[in-house]
Amino acid sequence: MKKTLVISLVAMLTIMSMVLVGCKAAGALTIPIGVNAELTGDIPAVGASCQNAALMAAKEVNDAGGLDIGGKKYTIKLFIEDNGGKADQSASVTQKLISQDNVVAVIGPNASRYAIPASEIAESSKVMMISPWSTNPKLTIDSKTGQSKEYVFRACFTDSFQGQVVAKFAMDKLGAKKVAVLYDVASDYNKGIAEVFKATFESLGGQVVAFETYTTGDKDFSGQLTKIKQFSPDVIFLPNYYNEVPLQIQQAHRLGITATFLGSDSWGSEELIKLAGKEVEGDYFSTHYAPDIATPAAKTFINAYKTAYGSVPDDVAALTYDSFGLLFGALKAAGKVDRQAVRDALASIPHYEGVTGTLQFKEGSGDPIKSAVILQIKDGKFAYYATANP
Amino acid sequence: MYVIQQLINVLQLGSVYALIALGYTMVYGIIRLINFAHGDLFMVGAFISFVVAAYLKLPFIPTLLISIVAVAMLGVSIERLAYKPLRQAPRVSAVITALGVGLFLENLILLFYPYPRPVPTLLPKIVWNLGGISISFLQVLIIGLSLFLMLILDLIVRRTMVGMAMRAISWNKTIVPLMGVSVDKIISITFALGTGLGAVAGVMYSQAFPVIDPYMGILIGWQAFICAVVGGIGNIRGAMLGGYILAAVQIMVVAFLPSTYRDFVAFTLLLVILTFRPYGILGKPQAEKV
Repeated sequence: MKKTLVISLVAMLTIMSMVLVGCKAAGALTIPIGVNAELTGDIPAVGASCQNAALMAAKEVNDAGGLDIGGKKYTIKLFIEDNGGKADQSASVTQKLISQDNVVAVIGPNASRYAIPASEIAESSKVMMISPWSTNPKLTIDSKTGQSKEYVFRACFTDSFQGQVVAKFAMDKLGAKKVAVLYDVASDYNKGIAEVFKATFESLGGQVVAFETYTTGDKDFSGQLTKIKQFSPDVIFLPNYYNEVPLQIQQAHRLGITATFLGSDSWGSEELIKLAGKEVEGDYFSTHYAPDIATPAAKTFINAYKTAYGSVPDDVAALTYDSFGLLFGALKAAGKVDRQAVRDALASIPHYEGVTGTLQFKEGSGDPIKSAVILQIKDGKFAYYATANP
Repeated sequence: MYVIQQLINVLQLGSVYALIALGYTMVYGIIRLINFAHGDLFMVGAFISFVVAAYLKLPFIPTLLISIVAVAMLGVSIERLAYKPLRQAPRVSAVITALGVGLFLENLILLFYPYPRPVPTLLPKIVWNLGGISISFLQVLIIGLSLFLMLILDLIVRRTMVGMAMRAISWNKTIVPLMGVSVDKIISITFALGTGLGAVAGVMYSQAFPVIDPYMGILIGWQAFICAVVGGIGNIRGAMLGGYILAAVQIMVVAFLPSTYRDFVAFTLLLVILTFRPYGILGKPQAEKV
């Protein structure tokens, strides 16, 4: 008697919950947008910035009454998922957003090593994906055919450009003749940009005296740095993420290395200074935007972000905001909430004025042409140093 | 000159591996369980030292002692709650439990500290320059403290009654209670010692590499486990040896070959060692008594 009661109760609850999940809430028109961010794992500051900017972008539109598409008002509904800083989870989360949450597009992931697996899923499911921050060229190139992917876009420049920017900066502005590189060989982004840097620096007549590697997760770089010290480089290029660079610079200083350190856009988080402190003072890195030279549109964004979250937005936040700007523009141009229509609309936008500058899209490519900025860490803060145009 | 500098790096890294490997080997020797949660206990040790140093602002020695005691107590509790009920169960169940405990610890710390954290420096930043070689106070302390603790452990195991009981249990667990020795007590002491050493490794490691995150124990745990196996799992001197061997191979490969070959060469070498000495360098075949 008791057993039958329990079983029937459980069965009723199961059926009820399935029915409720199946029911669609009647009422306002919504646009489901997916966000795939690194909320936990090794680089959670990146995911946090992305999430903050996404929530802000959606709130701005919803507070203004919603997005006007084809004469009707739609509210933005965000589905924010955590890729846990893992490549496989990145892919499965994208699949979930596409199949289960039926999103019209996915924003993110940010780090190339998580964005590239996710992009494969988006491309094969024919759903548009915009990565705010991933700069590795492989993101938008189909590895099998060598052609551009059709459904994958990004809001930032690629490393083919960024690597050259950093190399030229090292040669021209820092006057470096001998450079050493220490990078993560297991991560697409670090490896890609290190190789572009080396090729460019050597073609400019410089010498890359050491090209050392480590694997993601390593904390001890003493072997590689001792080897680098032998060659007395003027500049050491560390195209690595904000959680690894402080350790690398600390260990280098402990070994008595006095070279200037140079970084790339992976340095852009405030966490870098929190973790590195004074060790990173005076070093330079390339990135997507500088709050100190903000345009009026950018200033509005920066102030709104500061009011909402209490800190200056970093490049990930600004690029995520621009990704949403692109998406909203594409939705409006498409005139309907349809995955293919939105994708086609985005592909035909020639340029977009974002908070990170002007994005010029080439025909048939998901990679915008943009300028880069060089920042220096001065008095424990990021300070604008120079602009590099394509 | 260059070689000596790299050798100092080897000693530092090897000492950390050795301290963690000792935890694995001691537990295996006693209850034939690979405590896969050990790497995560190392991580907890690092986090406790971070909390004590950052919030209570205590200097180095109290921080180290608090960390050791806390992790030892945690290790003993885990043993009592998770491993003891499974002493008669199939080995697989215990291994899975160990993995589960590890995941539990990682995610528990993740709840409190999802971001990588900087650890306050508790030791003076003195660097000595002897004829072109830099050696820091921190490195000297890590190497010295580790060797000292390993010596003490060796003495405990070889010269005390508790140590004799530990060795007896690893030989034949069934007979030992008949000799009037409380097996439970000895196992708890073993866990306390092993995890305590892991805590020391965690504190020293976080001083040397001051960015900690909840997943830092995973990679190091696996590497230390491999050190313990190569040295001879269950053998304390083997664990120490294994620790220094892996560190030596890793750093020397980086020193003289392109650094990308590091893990490839290191683990190929370990495979070769295990092919010729399947029980590890100092291990002996353990007969399974039916």
